[in-house]
Amino acid sequence: MAQSRAHPFMPNSAAGVKAALLGELGLTGTEPLFAQIPASHRLRALPDLPPALTSEVALSRHLHGLLDRNRPAGDGLSFLGGGIWQHHVPAVVDEIVGRAEFLTPVWGTPSSDFGRNQVWWEFTSQLGALLGLELVGLPVYSWGAAAGHAFRMAARLTGRNRIIVPAAISPERLAVIEGYAHSADAAMRLDMVLAPCDAVGRLDPAAVAALADAHTAAIYYENPAYLGGLETGAAELAAIAARVGAQTISGVDPLCLGVIAPPGELGVDIAVGTIQTLGVHSHAGGGLGGFIATRDDPRYAAEYPTLLNSLTTTVDGQLAFGLMLFHQSSYGSRELGKDWTGNSTYLWAVAAATYMALLGPAGFAEIGQLILARTRFAATALAGVPGVQVAASGGVFRELLLDFSASGHGVAAINAALLDRHGIFGGIEIAPQQALFAFTECHDEATIVQLVEALTEVLA
Amino acid sequence: MTLRRYHAARWDEPLIHQIGAPGRRGQHFPPADAAGLVPAGLQRQTPPDLPELSEPEVLNHYLRLSQQTMGMIGVSLFGTCTMKYNPRVGEQAARRLAGIHPAQPAETMQGLLAAVHGLDLILRGLSGMDRFTFQAAGGADAAWTQAVITRAYHAARGQGQQRTKIITSLQSHPCNPATAATAGFEVITLPLGENGYPSLDMLKAALGPDTAALMINNPDDMGVYNPEIMEWVRLVKQAGALAFYDHANFNGVMTKIRAADLGFDACMFMLHKTFGVSKGGGGPAVGAYGCTAELAPFMPGPLVVEEDGAYRLETPPQQAAKVREYLGNLQQVFKAYAWARAMGAEGLAEASDLSVLLNNYMEMRLLTLRGVTRSHPGQTSPRLEMTRYSLGTLFDETGISAVEVQNRMADFGIDAFWLSHEPWIVPQPFTPEAGEMWSREDIDYWIDVLAHVIDEAYRDPDHVRRAPHNQVVAKLSDRDINDPANWATTWAAWQRKLA
Repeated sequence: MAQSRAHPFMPNSAAGVKAALLGELGLTGTEPLFAQIPASHRLRALPDLPPALTSEVALSRHLHGLLDRNRPAGDGLSFLGGGIWQHHVPAVVDEIVGRAEFLTPVWGTPSSDFGRNQVWWEFTSQLGALLGLELVGLPVYSWGAAAGHAFRMAARLTGRNRIIVPAAISPERLAVIEGYAHSADAAMRLDMVLAPCDAVGRLDPAAVAALADAHTAAIYYENPAYLGGLETGAAELAAIAARVGAQTISGVDPLCLGVIAPPGELGVDIAVGTIQTLGVHSHAGGGLGGFIATRDDPRYAAEYPTLLNSLTTTVDGQLAFGLMLFHQSSYGSRELGKDWTGNSTYLWAVAAATYMALLGPAGFAEIGQLILARTRFAATALAGVPGVQVAASGGVFRELLLDFSASGHGVAAINAALLDRHGIFGGIEIAPQQALFAFTECHDEATIVQLVEALTEVLA
Repeated sequence: MTLRRYHAARWDEPLIHQIGAPGRRGQHFPPADAAGLVPAGLQRQTPPDLPELSEPEVLNHYLRLSQQTMGMIGVSLFGTCTMKYNPRVGEQAARRLAGIHPAQPAETMQGLLAAVHGLDLILRGLSGMDRFTFQAAGGADAAWTQAVITRAYHAARGQGQQRTKIITSLQSHPCNPATAATAGFEVITLPLGENGYPSLDMLKAALGPDTAALMINNPDDMGVYNPEIMEWVRLVKQAGALAFYDHANFNGVMTKIRAADLGFDACMFMLHKTFGVSKGGGGPAVGAYGCTAELAPFMPGPLVVEEDGAYRLETPPQQAAKVREYLGNLQQVFKAYAWARAMGAEGLAEASDLSVLLNNYMEMRLLTLRGVTRSHPGQTSPRLEMTRYSLGTLFDETGISAVEVQNRMADFGIDAFWLSHEPWIVPQPFTPEAGEMWSREDIDYWIDVLAHVIDEAYRDPDHVRRAPHNQVVAKLSDRDINDPANWATTWAAWQRKLA
């Protein structure tokens, strides 16, 4: 029955329409159109797939039945972070990214895509303002992908192959970077030297200085660090890099840049980081997006693998947008281009542009101050829980490393108890008795107290 | 033939930095005392130069910019990208995944993992492969997945030093040679023979003990299917190399062929193209990468494993490298699952039939237009999902280029067609892809508009050359934005260069 009906997604599946189209070609069936494919290549029967749910009411029931079996952390009380965070997404952002004009297409002409290209340009413009850098590429897949590309940029710029990286880095991010650093050609391989960090993930500049030499292509640090520490050695690390002729690469979460000094003022050569925190939900990991930014210097511009959206003019003198240095992308030069590009996370550029415009300078200052204060409040409150040690020395932003060694409990058991008995998603396990808990503007003091009370009960 | 009197919205909307007023706010956060919490030397000294706007100003600004984007409200036959209907039921339902953190316990996202596993099974059915990962964040990232798995596979067999070359063809998507080169392989690009695909002899000459893999599209984006592909794969595997099938152009052959049946070791599908997921203007996307059991231990993890109706995550033992953090763009995987369930096997077969039927219908009409030819005229069998056309004759006779035709077509609500990947193998290429979402009336309208523009090109070429006329803005000037003095990706750079 269902097969004889036209499929709702396919207007030409109406029997009369299809027959008329076939008739135009002098055919009664489509089989002759597949003559290029040898019979021996052809699948003889339809693959065995689950039955079609062509009725939206049935499909919707099925999908929501699946969704009912999820318990999204962000819908309750969660302290999961570690590279993808629960931040508030303003309603306006959700409305804009849901606009069909932005949601569903891919490429048009510079004129038919004009509005979208302007949004993209406002993304790079506003992100550049936060970073204190004037050249910003269109987004890449993630912070890890951005760092991987940046390391390769640094290697090409310096002709060297060693990158100093903080040992306390997100393992997810590092696993992605390793793919970019490795090479089938041993001579092209990037060696990553893991440098020691303190309890909040901050590098030891003296140790970095001892590791840096004439083989060093770049020194990479993160601000805030994976374990929450603000990188107080930023200026010193840039000086060390400059001394050995290496690049300084900083991984940064732009959300903190209303209160924290931007990479452009810290001697950073290449900044990378996430755009997920700028108005994108976590989406089970699908909210990630990354960026690459530098000074507006042709030497750096020539190494970008990303597409670059520049302001330009129309024939009648209006402002418009066009892709610059397209020839150096993989679209322009295939294997001779800089790494590769393709579909990326461009819808999140739309989200981030809207988010940055909503916050403005005062909003970024406020959210930065709020997260600093909430993190400090949490550090103080959690330090009072018997069996918990909190690493929070010297300035921390959003993440706290909790050590449960003194309690005798392990993270897995603690998190299970927090979830089962208190409905709380605990932090990410860093070691069997250490976990990283994230505190954002979504956690008010009452919810932090709720965590403190729950942990006190669980660890008792 | 009555063409639509389309005209783009034209708001003359300023740049975001040019609007607003000091002190305006778009979001408040509870005030907090952060005195002394930023270490010395790390405080921001001057506020970022961001616009100051109220919430309704931001909303209206971006709504206006959305209206100044034609998108899929016009007719877009952007070839190679397989423009699809994105079922709103999936888009709507996937919003309930927004709050899921990828590191939350598997037991708390069983429904999502069931959909991921469900799509894995559907793709296994369509490809014959043994397992899929959805970590790759686009088609190029899936090609990258192949490149890193190739590296790890040969290294594990002690042949990492020896197998240094990846073979592809001139008609493969640029991401194949580009990811191969990034992974450290030397790229060998085979030229095309007269039928539109490289000859077996060319392949044989390129193959050797140093071959690591073949990365190939079939059919390619000219709708040409290489009938010798099984022999290709046999020879590649005989040489000890891997055979990877870039299924970017799967739409025309869904349910007709299976990559594993042809002997391939691995393949990839683009969920944001073939499987009905919204494209977002270029992602978030998914390159679903599938491979045989032999390669599965090298796949990037974690993968979803089903046991007695429960789902858990498992990292393959010899994971080559991760290609994206966590499990990938799972909200998009969920949408693809929704689309595939709405289609079923019969629906997929119908979509394949219709996309090839409509391409051939278009071809019949387009080749009657003055100035239009197609690539490889000797290849007389019907093309599959696309045909590569040339406006070279039109250009020679009128001076009007394919880009100028594209600009003029937009005046009638027709968004850009695809030209061609580099390198161009015909002059002034254009490559529409009909797909299954557009009605016959849409397709006829598209052709009518092209016919009209071609007619204009012969009658009044200047009118076409000056196009677009009905768009938000006129065409770009010849200002050289590859000149550092002119380019500007940010407001700050623009202001400095204006000064």
